[in-house]
Amino acid sequence: MATYSTNEFRGGLKVMLDGDPCVILENEFVKPGKGQAFSRVKLRNLMTNRVWERTFKSGDSLEAADVMELDMEYVYSDGEFWHFMKTDGSYEQFAADERAVGDAVKWLKEQDVYNVTLYNGSPLNVTPPAFVELEVVDTDPGLKGDTAQGGSKPATLSTGAVVQVPLFIEIGEVIRVDTRKNEYVARAKS
Amino acid sequence: MSWQPGASLSMLRARARLRQQVRDFFAERGVLEVDTPVLGRYGVSEPAIDSIAASAPGLDGVLQTSPEYFMKRLLAAGSGSIYQMGSVFRAGESGHRHNPEFTMLEWYRPGFSIEALMEEVAALVRVVLEIGSPVIHDYRDLLRSHAGVDPWMDDDAILRSRASEVSGIPADALDRGEALDLLLSHQVEPILAGEEAVFVRGYPPDQAALAQVVREGDIEVAQRFELYVRGVELCNGYRELTDAGEQRARFERDNQIRRRQGKPEMAPDPGLLAALEAGLPPCSGVALGLDRLLMLQTGAASLDEVLPFSVDRL
Repeated sequence: MATYSTNEFRGGLKVMLDGDPCVILENEFVKPGKGQAFSRVKLRNLMTNRVWERTFKSGDSLEAADVMELDMEYVYSDGEFWHFMKTDGSYEQFAADERAVGDAVKWLKEQDVYNVTLYNGSPLNVTPPAFVELEVVDTDPGLKGDTAQGGSKPATLSTGAVVQVPLFIEIGEVIRVDTRKNEYVARAKS
Repeated sequence: MSWQPGASLSMLRARARLRQQVRDFFAERGVLEVDTPVLGRYGVSEPAIDSIAASAPGLDGVLQTSPEYFMKRLLAAGSGSIYQMGSVFRAGESGHRHNPEFTMLEWYRPGFSIEALMEEVAALVRVVLEIGSPVIHDYRDLLRSHAGVDPWMDDDAILRSRASEVSGIPADALDRGEALDLLLSHQVEPILAGEEAVFVRGYPPDQAALAQVVREGDIEVAQRFELYVRGVELCNGYRELTDAGEQRARFERDNQIRRRQGKPEMAPDPGLLAALEAGLPPCSGVALGLDRLLMLQTGAASLDEVLPFSVDRL
C-alpha cells in the first residue's frame, strides 16, 4: 500500500491511523520560532465517525487506506443486509450491514443511486444524495389551496422517513427533501 | 490551478502601502536600507531551517533563508544601522502562515540593548496595527504556567512524556527540542492567541541560535525575543553574538544536530567568521515576517490572500 508524507496531507485524503481508516479534514503546518516543523491534523475516523486531532513530525508518513467512494444503486434489503450494485454495468453487488447503512436507511429507495464508501472492498458507509424525491404515504388531510399560511405537519414518506411538510401537502404527492437537514424543500415537479 | 493572483487589487495596494510605511519609519530613524544577495555560496546553519539549493556553473549556492550573514558583514564593515526588506526562501514550509518564499524585514541596531530593540519593534508594529503596548513574558514562566514544565529544571524524560501527552507523538520519537516546540505550540500559543501583543523573551540556551547567552539569576538564558500578535508569531530578535570562536562552536553544534537528524551539513560561512574576527559592533537585530504583518493589518486568514502568488499558484 502507498504511504503519504505530511507534505502530501490534504483534506479528503484517506489514511490508516491506529488500525482504522480515517479521512483527513484539515492539515495545519506549524513551526514555532526557530523550532521543528509539525503537522497538526484533524481526521475523522471512518469506523466511528469520531474526529481525532493528532500531531505529526514533518516528514512522517501514514499508510494510505484502501477506501473508495462509489456511486451505487440500491437494489433490495433481505432484512439483515442492504444490497447495492455498481452503476458501471458490471452488476457487481455489495452487502452493507446495519452499521454501514446507519441513518441513510430512512432514505433508501430501490433503484436510486447512493454514495457507498468501500473499505477493503466492503461497504463502510452509505450516504444519500443531498436531495431526494419521495412519495408521501401518510399525513393528516390538508387544507386545499391553503398555500400562504404557515404551519406544518408531519408526513411519512415511502421509505419510512418522517419530515415536517406544509399543511397543503397530501398523501400521494411526491416531495423534494434535503437529507442533510431532514427538511422539506418543495413539491417535486412531475 | 487559477492563473489569477491570490491577493486582490486592494491587497496589492495595502502591500505597497505597508512597504512605504516601513521605509518611512526607518528613514525617520536614520536606518540605511540595504539589499544583500538572495543567492549565496553559504547558508544559515540552523538545524530546523532547510535551504533551497540553487546552482549555476561555478557557483554551488543556496537561496538565503535570512540575510543575517551578509548583513553582519556590512555591520562589521562599518555600515551602522541597516535594514533590508526582501524575499527569503525556506524549503518545505507551506501552510496558512508559511510559504517557501516570503518577505523578511530584517534590521540591525549597533549600540542597542535587546530591550531598546524590543521598544523599536513595538513602535514599528504600532505604526501598522492599532494595538496597545505589548506585554512581556519570560519563556520560562509561560512554559511553567501553561505547559507544566520547567525547561531549565526538568529532565528530557519529563519534557518528552509531557509533549507526547499533548501531541500523540510517542515520547521516544521526540528529542528535547521537539518536545519544547510541541509544548509551546500546543499549550502556550493558544494562550497567546487570546492576547493582543506579547513579547516572549529569555529562551533556553539550546534555542539561542545566534543570540548571546547570559546569566539571569540562577539560570543561563538566550537574549532572544519573539513578538506574537493575536497568536501570530511575527518576529524573532537577538542580542547578537559577536564572538567568532563562539560562532564557530555554534556552527559545529548545528552540524552535529544535522548529522543526527540525517540532514545535509552546512559549511561554516568563512565570510561571516572573518567579519566577526574583524569585529562586529555590539548590536541587536531582528527579523520580522512582513507578509504576516500584512495579514494582521488586513485581517487576512492566510498568506495566500496577501501574496500575489503563493506556492499553490506557481
